[in-house]
Amino acid sequence: MNTPTSEHHHESHDHHEHHIPKGIKRWLYTTNHKDIGTLYLWFAFIMFLTGGAMAMVIRAELFQPGLQIVEPNFFNQMTTVHGLIMVFGAVMPAFTGLANWLIPMMIGAPDMALPRMNNWSFWILPFAFIILLSSLFMEGGGPAFGWTFYAPLSTTYSNDTTALFVFSVHIMGASSIMGAINVIVTIFNMRAPGMTWMKMPLFVWTWLITAFLLIAVMPVLAGAVTMVLTDKFFGTSFFDAAGGGDPVMFQHIFWFFGHPEVYIMILPAFGIISQIVPTFSRKPLFGYASMVYATTSIALLSFIVWAHHMFTTGMPVFAEMFFMLATMLISVPTGVKVFNWVATMWRGSLSFEVPMLFALAFIVLFTIGGLSGLMLAITPVDFQYHDTYFVVAHFHYVLVTGAIFSIMAAVYYWLPKWTGKMFDITLAKWHFWCSLVSVNVLFFPMHFVGLAGMPRRIPDYALQFADFNKWISIGGFAFGLSQLIFLALLIKACRKKGEPVSAQVWEGAEGLEWEIPSPAPYHTFETPPVVK
Amino acid sequence: MTDQTKQNKSLILKLLAIVLGMFGFGFALVPLYDVFCDLTGLNGKTSNTAAVYEAVDIDESRYVTVEFITRINTGMSWQFEVETQQVKVHPGEMNQVNFSAKNPGARAIVGQAVPSVSPGTAAIYLNKTECFCFEQQILQAGEKIIMPMRFYVDPQIPKDMTYFTVQYTLYDVTTAEQQVALNRG
Repeated sequence: MNTPTSEHHHESHDHHEHHIPKGIKRWLYTTNHKDIGTLYLWFAFIMFLTGGAMAMVIRAELFQPGLQIVEPNFFNQMTTVHGLIMVFGAVMPAFTGLANWLIPMMIGAPDMALPRMNNWSFWILPFAFIILLSSLFMEGGGPAFGWTFYAPLSTTYSNDTTALFVFSVHIMGASSIMGAINVIVTIFNMRAPGMTWMKMPLFVWTWLITAFLLIAVMPVLAGAVTMVLTDKFFGTSFFDAAGGGDPVMFQHIFWFFGHPEVYIMILPAFGIISQIVPTFSRKPLFGYASMVYATTSIALLSFIVWAHHMFTTGMPVFAEMFFMLATMLISVPTGVKVFNWVATMWRGSLSFEVPMLFALAFIVLFTIGGLSGLMLAITPVDFQYHDTYFVVAHFHYVLVTGAIFSIMAAVYYWLPKWTGKMFDITLAKWHFWCSLVSVNVLFFPMHFVGLAGMPRRIPDYALQFADFNKWISIGGFAFGLSQLIFLALLIKACRKKGEPVSAQVWEGAEGLEWEIPSPAPYHTFETPPVVK
Repeated sequence: MTDQTKQNKSLILKLLAIVLGMFGFGFALVPLYDVFCDLTGLNGKTSNTAAVYEAVDIDESRYVTVEFITRINTGMSWQFEVETQQVKVHPGEMNQVNFSAKNPGARAIVGQAVPSVSPGTAAIYLNKTECFCFEQQILQAGEKIIMPMRFYVDPQIPKDMTYFTVQYTLYDVTTAEQQVALNRG
């Protein structure tokens, strides 16, 4: 990558410091991209722990066969709300938080383009999740139809709190769309002079493409939940065969949103890894341009593969072939990315600081998740894998050791820049190694029980799966506890404990954000830097 | 208004147009899905309107076996049966199969039968000139009816398609208002 130089102005931001309001009002009224980024990240972390607590309930129930702890209906609510919270409450807001913190600093802009809307897009989010979570305590309980809310489970067979589910998804969608519009406008109009498209850091590129995916598919999700709402409460029959509708059409509409959605949750991760690996290899990223094109082609392909989630719905062979081959095509640009990361490290001067450890774990484990995805793409074998724990193993490898590991890598990478102090490295290493071992104990055996036929989303299972499930649950509890180390580390970091760091923080780190002092001042780049 | 704000505004408007367009597209998928399935027969849905039998050439060189399955949806109390479960027909030849429905319950019910063809790709070759599924049936308590279904198989049907199944699912579609009206009548 190029070396941007900035000619800024440490003197200009000092007089702003006394404008920062104190207490709760600072956070409620803030339009500062760094404050909003922090809010998003803490919110995502709280949701991560909440959704994680639900996963603990699921794993406690599955620790041994039979029904011990919860009723099946509550178990179903746990799987449903765990999924919704992790997708819409943890992963997506965490990426939006990182975007808020980093995009303006990386492109040399003073703030996001639409700061007031930025405040709104964050502050409606807690209400969405309060609505969703409160439905768990109402009569009949919360949503129990799976995060995919297939009709007729969510229409004919759901309870009245479905209305709250629909409303909360609407709010989440509105929040994401506002966030995405903000990112696009910022990147289009606020780049520093000389920051051409092909000089943008990859995190900015991947987020730009993600933002376009968001504005393209979140409205479709809003449409799908609206149809569920009117089918259930207002007598329409979009998905009701008796009235001329078709329940399979629900799946088409849902997955038309749902497949791009999974790339919304992984493209920013690709960007993060592409920032971290060059720093700790002390080499520029291998194949910058091909990374940009690969990201774009993954985004475009994501629109024509949705029906690989529906192979068993009885599609004609021709359609199954099409979706199988289109899906496999995605492994080409993804392979380009993995190749580029490995090539960046090749003959690099490697060092293994905590962000790099998470990035390396990401590359290996995400690839495992990608390969099981490729297996699932093969139509004939998908008939065996469909709706088993093999699928659960696959998407947890790409989402936990993929998306979430990348978010942790990002937090460790940029945290010293945010706080001005190095985090507790001992705790961080404990966090990494405990997470790495436990996450594999947790998710790897799921491949085996899945291949052997254990169905997902069921609170009980056949006796022969008992041993593996015990190990899976132990891994799950250990992974959950490991995140408390992360919590302790973050609290310590936010209280500004630790060694002060330089502006560059990491030897080998390049980019505009490493040229401003650490901690990053409240206002940065009020006069745009010049990028050469 | 600075240049920056102007630029921002025009970009925001374009992006909002995409958002609204995609929200509309979500709903447009509903008719698009129906059109697509009508053209290709992908979901096994048959036409909702009666076909007209135009003296087509009967292909006597081959047979197509058509199987009929009847089922009632959860919560529907009717007895619903087909007289002939399987017929062997020449493509182009006119056929009739009788279905019977009986309402054994104590209240009047409005029923709607929904057909589905498997494999789905055979759906476009099934032409029904008369079918009870085109309209709703109202059966008083204890009433029984015979419902004829007349159809022919399109002679264009591929040679390797020698067998398909037509399943009718019967739904209780009585609305609250209908129930009141039926009880009064």
